[in-house]
Amino acid sequence: MFFEFSFEPVVCVGSVKGVTAAPDDWEDTLPTIRLEQVEKSYGAVRVLPPLDLTMDDGEFTVLVGPSGCGKSTTLRILAGLEDLSGGEVYFDEKPIGHLPPKQRDLAMVFQDYALYPHMNIARNMSFALRLKRAPASEIDEKVKRVANMLNIGHLLDRKPAELSGGQRQRVAMGRALVRDASTFLFDEPLSNLDAKLRAKMRTELAEMRDTLDKNMIYVTHDQIEAMTLGDRIVVMSEGLIQQQGTPEELFKTPVNRFVAGFIGSPTMNFLDGTIITEKSKTFVQGEGFKIALPAATARILESHASRDVTLGIRPSSFTTKPAKSDATIDLRLVVSEYLGAQSTLVTRCGDSDILVEHESASPVKSGGMLTFGIRTNEIMVFDKTTGLRL
Amino acid sequence: MTSVSRINRLTPYMFLAPAVVLLVVALLYPIGYMIYASFLDWRPSQYIGEAEFVGLRNYINLWNDEAFRESFGVTLKFAAVVVTLEMFIGVGLALLLDRNLRGMAALRTIFILPMMIAPIVVGLMWRYMYHPTVGIFNRTLKDWGFEPIPWLSDGTWSFVAVIIADVWQWTPFIFILSLAALQSLPQSALEAAEIDGATDWQKVWHIKLPLMMPVLIVALLLRLIDAFKVLEVILVMTNGGPGLSTEILSLRIYRTAQEFQELGVAAAMSNYLLILLIILTTIMFLYNKGAENRAERLRAAAQEA
Repeated sequence: MFFEFSFEPVVCVGSVKGVTAAPDDWEDTLPTIRLEQVEKSYGAVRVLPPLDLTMDDGEFTVLVGPSGCGKSTTLRILAGLEDLSGGEVYFDEKPIGHLPPKQRDLAMVFQDYALYPHMNIARNMSFALRLKRAPASEIDEKVKRVANMLNIGHLLDRKPAELSGGQRQRVAMGRALVRDASTFLFDEPLSNLDAKLRAKMRTELAEMRDTLDKNMIYVTHDQIEAMTLGDRIVVMSEGLIQQQGTPEELFKTPVNRFVAGFIGSPTMNFLDGTIITEKSKTFVQGEGFKIALPAATARILESHASRDVTLGIRPSSFTTKPAKSDATIDLRLVVSEYLGAQSTLVTRCGDSDILVEHESASPVKSGGMLTFGIRTNEIMVFDKTTGLRL
Repeated sequence: MTSVSRINRLTPYMFLAPAVVLLVVALLYPIGYMIYASFLDWRPSQYIGEAEFVGLRNYINLWNDEAFRESFGVTLKFAAVVVTLEMFIGVGLALLLDRNLRGMAALRTIFILPMMIAPIVVGLMWRYMYHPTVGIFNRTLKDWGFEPIPWLSDGTWSFVAVIIADVWQWTPFIFILSLAALQSLPQSALEAAEIDGATDWQKVWHIKLPLMMPVLIVALLLRLIDAFKVLEVILVMTNGGPGLSTEILSLRIYRTAQEFQELGVAAAMSNYLLILLIILTTIMFLYNKGAENRAERLRAAAQEA
């Protein structure tokens, strides 16, 4: 844990004037970053259709999505590492799309850390300051302070190749922190770490988010990182922003099937069916199930009678040992993944795999049919063709 | 049991034997022959067994031979100048052309063509171009109203002329090696430098050149070794002249054997050159070995960390 000491004055606040890259009008406030109709093509291949996005100052924004969704491209455009094919990037009201990276007052942590292999850790961290010809005493002091904070103070004389993956990750972080920029960009910074280290660094990043007053923009494909770190999450797919909002908004009110399936772990289950009405009750019926929807959901669906829909049921929405009712489902147990405090049951309904979170003290035996209750007020209904939530 | 284990022990040597035999016949025997010949006063008309053994006389005489010492000096000067020029131009071009512009691939191919031409052809080609009246240089100078340059008939100009030819032929070698080195540099480190505020020039100076250094050092040593052995181009262009102005060591050796018919002396000269080349090669091996050891040490340290 490297944030257990008092952190406040350390990194950014105690900057010496004249050393920060920030132009005068940025000195005390962080810029609001705005992308307006930003697009990117390589020749005829369009990787990013026109995209609008605003990031408020001091916000931790996470861009999340599967690989190839345009999140990294967006970040690299922000950094100035990619040219714009169209649109403009604004820091506050100042267009910066044409500026080189060094005039944008930002620091970046790369996925592969991008350390300078021939420089020792101290020189890696101080590179930006040395380019700016900051006084040696100040460079020395800043590097030591940040290095101690990150628990890499004893590694300053080493070369990157002499460090473990986790240590290199910290150096990359340290190199960004020494910069004292207004905006920090993170490009999948944890994806090269093993699971345990990743979880630890995630926690440390979350602490950093709370102590540093900086714009932070974080790209990841890992929805857990997105959920735990983001003040605001932007879910992207195929170059399009699917939805943006707080982690809670995305989890509770996803706008479409993609977001619903992407956010949440284990992932949401989807079952195709048709809306039917029997005896003034609304059901969704599909292969091997017929589930009654609660009145509130039914009212929303009134106008969609006999429409093909997809039900979204989170693995946590199942209950065990229910009384047989119209809110139960029979599932064939395929595999039980015993995790200790709980199990994840992989079951099958028709052709679909259904994950069920099962809180139990003991492992469940595989094979056979089980009946589960469903908390039907947690069910989401999506249009089968458009994927939009109804 | 015993015989089987003996066979097992001998197996590796049996596999190695053909290669070792080949090496001895093709390399060690000629070198030994040359060392032996350098102790003889030996004419081409004689069988080697009839030649008089003169001990170290050839070596000692060479030490005091003005022409040989001058030739040695010309060789050092030639190698130093061409390798310096080739390094600067080759690395510079690579830095300039390391980008994905249209037509760059074709341009790179054209750049390496000179290397593919046989040295003797290069020599002939340049000799025609340096021709005092019909050569392209003097013809152009004349058309533009300038005085012709005595390319191959003046000591200084002929030294310049052979240097231009060698730089033309071998700069591409440095160029391709540098380009390959540049293109294998970690791109993200260069992007990080850009974010850190480095200008293009600062990226070259602080990131690219230091990271290319291992390749550049090996390229430099390879070129040095080659420059000390250059023969055909100069033989064809100037035959060492005028005077001794372009008579590099390998040419001196060739002429000593062919024109002066002193095989023993030529062998002794060759051995002086051999010693020089062995020193350079050893430096290169030591450097490579050192680089390997450093990398190994770093890996070990990373394991511990």
